[in-house]
Amino acid sequence: MSPWLIGFAVFFAYPLLSTLYFSFTRYDGFRQPSFNGLDNWSYVFTDYPLFWPAVRNTLWLVAVMVTCRVAFGLGVGLLVTKIKTGVGIFRTLFYLPYLAPPVAATLAFVFLLNPGTGPANTLLDAVGLPTPGWFTDADWSKPALTALALWGVGDLMVIFMAALLDVPKEQYEAAELDGAGARARFRHITLPNISPIIAFAVVTGVIQAMQYYAQPLVAGKVAAGVIGGSGQQFEPGYPDKSTLTLPQLVYNLGFQRFDYGTACVVALVLFALSMAFTALLMRRRGGLIGAGE
Amino acid sequence: MPRTGRLTTAAALLAAISALATACTGQSADTASDDPKADVTLNFWHGWSAPSETKAIEDNIARFTQAHPNIEVKVTGNMTDDKINQALRAGGDKAPDVVSSFTTDSVGKFCNSRAFADLNPFLQKSGVDKTKVFPKTLLEYTQFNGNQCTLPLLHDAYGLVYNKTAFAAAGITEPPRTWSQFTEAAQKLTKPKGDSYEQVGLMPTFHGYETKPTRLAAQWGATYFGPDGKSNLAGDPAFAKMLTAQKDLVDKLGGYEKLERFRNTFGDEWSAEHPFHLGLVAMQIDGEWRAPMAREAGAAFEIGTAPLPVPDEQAADYGKGYLSGTIMGIAAGSKKQNAAWELVKYMTTDTEAVVAFANAIHNVPSTLAALESPKLQVTPEFKTFLDIARHPKSSTTPAQADGGTYQLTFEDFAYGVEKGDVADIPAGLAKADQQIDTDIAKAK
Repeated sequence: MSPWLIGFAVFFAYPLLSTLYFSFTRYDGFRQPSFNGLDNWSYVFTDYPLFWPAVRNTLWLVAVMVTCRVAFGLGVGLLVTKIKTGVGIFRTLFYLPYLAPPVAATLAFVFLLNPGTGPANTLLDAVGLPTPGWFTDADWSKPALTALALWGVGDLMVIFMAALLDVPKEQYEAAELDGAGARARFRHITLPNISPIIAFAVVTGVIQAMQYYAQPLVAGKVAAGVIGGSGQQFEPGYPDKSTLTLPQLVYNLGFQRFDYGTACVVALVLFALSMAFTALLMRRRGGLIGAGE
Repeated sequence: MPRTGRLTTAAALLAAISALATACTGQSADTASDDPKADVTLNFWHGWSAPSETKAIEDNIARFTQAHPNIEVKVTGNMTDDKINQALRAGGDKAPDVVSSFTTDSVGKFCNSRAFADLNPFLQKSGVDKTKVFPKTLLEYTQFNGNQCTLPLLHDAYGLVYNKTAFAAAGITEPPRTWSQFTEAAQKLTKPKGDSYEQVGLMPTFHGYETKPTRLAAQWGATYFGPDGKSNLAGDPAFAKMLTAQKDLVDKLGGYEKLERFRNTFGDEWSAEHPFHLGLVAMQIDGEWRAPMAREAGAAFEIGTAPLPVPDEQAADYGKGYLSGTIMGIAAGSKKQNAAWELVKYMTTDTEAVVAFANAIHNVPSTLAALESPKLQVTPEFKTFLDIARHPKSSTTPAQADGGTYQLTFEDFAYGVEKGDVADIPAGLAKADQQIDTDIAKAK
């Protein structure tokens, strides 16, 4: 048996098939799993009140957060390739936040965006702009998480920067001779050249968004005032389930409610969604690369 | 490969997966047959983390090992329920034999899943009549369907902690006893400042630390489940009355949004920056720990304690409150259950041990004898909570197969009510009942 096949069987096929098997069982980790047919599936899709909000939030994050992150990462990448003086300082400044641990970064953002005392709202108030509730307002919590994701865009900046510096200069020169403006050069030279990198950024961004767990959980808990203490239960998603994501449900069902069967159903839904997005994007990537060639 | 061959392979693979999965499940010890006099080492996990609390545990364990020199106890503190649950399921030598958890809401889950051993046979064998040792309410939250899988290890009573200095400044001479007096006092104590507050009489929103719907529901004497075991939120008018009264208070103190904005300026509940310590909140729904914590944090005002107010129509029941606490049990998978029982018995039933622990960490003792012990250090503030604990109408939230999920469903609905998102409270409660029944049926 080839090593690849062993690895595939142990690390992919077995966990996947086990998850599928447990999704049809009632299993709490103590008693033997017992077959319960489609009960877990029907519970998740019709009776579990947190499932559809989590699906909607996850899709929102995939659509909005990933788009914003890729666009912002590309923008910052372009900016730091254009800067003539002090480029090292700018690159470092944009990259540093990426190194902050996610929990620490989230705590800092909850502090910065505190609706009552945070500097962000103090500044907005000073210039006469409305002051949102950020992590305490269901309409603003996901934009606040997006702002946090943009702050840590250093990884994408580095990748885009490398791709942008790799675009052959002669193509720009030829385009300039033909009278192409900055916008036309970006559209017809830069974008096609870096399209594989954009596709990479989108695919990895979608996977990250589908696995988004620590930041929304920490932000929700801190904003709700539930940090720890004497046996407090906490239902993730504060405020109004707006920061609830599918990975949080998997943890909540599997490791807090100890309903492994139902957790497996959500895990499989997450897997199916990830596969669907990835397949779709890989097909699009083929098109993008084709455009660049 | 022929089609039948592939099918056989697939079936064999599925069977192997099933067998492997089954083999991985936790197994309970059949009987407790270990010799409690043999030399053993017990793993004891608990959730306390403050230096004074861990020292109190160590002192208690030292007294225990003096009386049981054959039992060594390895203590691990600062354990959350998630970690405890994982370890119990994983089993093995490193897993805990004895566990103490702060989350009484998990008891139903612990008992229903048989994560913890039933202590009834141990109590019987030791001749301990639990009904004579523990208060009735505490026995209620430590067992599920007759399975006494945990015992109480100290407990918490919830009452009112208030700023006496602020009361005097507002011309309030005594703590409110009824909900209408409470509302009036909260309004008098509230001092607006621009769009916010200089001081709020009470943070009435359900994210305001211990201002939980379950704490308030206890004051209305609400019953969560009917005799048929079905959820009773719509059936008992107490829930709708409590939610309406709380919403009214939220509105009278400035409205949900303004209050929540102010709440977001508060420090951590367990830090010195708690808003009550800083004088930002004049009344606090809290446990017996708040007054000493405020004093330790250097609160610059006089502190008073009282029972929580009751609805006007139940004025005769003033003095009751919500009870909860810490629980202790033996891992069902432990091979040293008899030795573990010696530790649990000592920690939970030995009057001297319970009193010493209660004195050290300022919690309410969990046995009837310890509650009356002359060695119990009782300050006037602490006496309030002891009286709440002794009150015959003090209550708790019952254990259920889904742990505290039913409480979270109720809480979730309550958040909607206080925000003003719910137009028809009885209809909403009926819907919550359906959800609770579905969740419990699934967990059973």
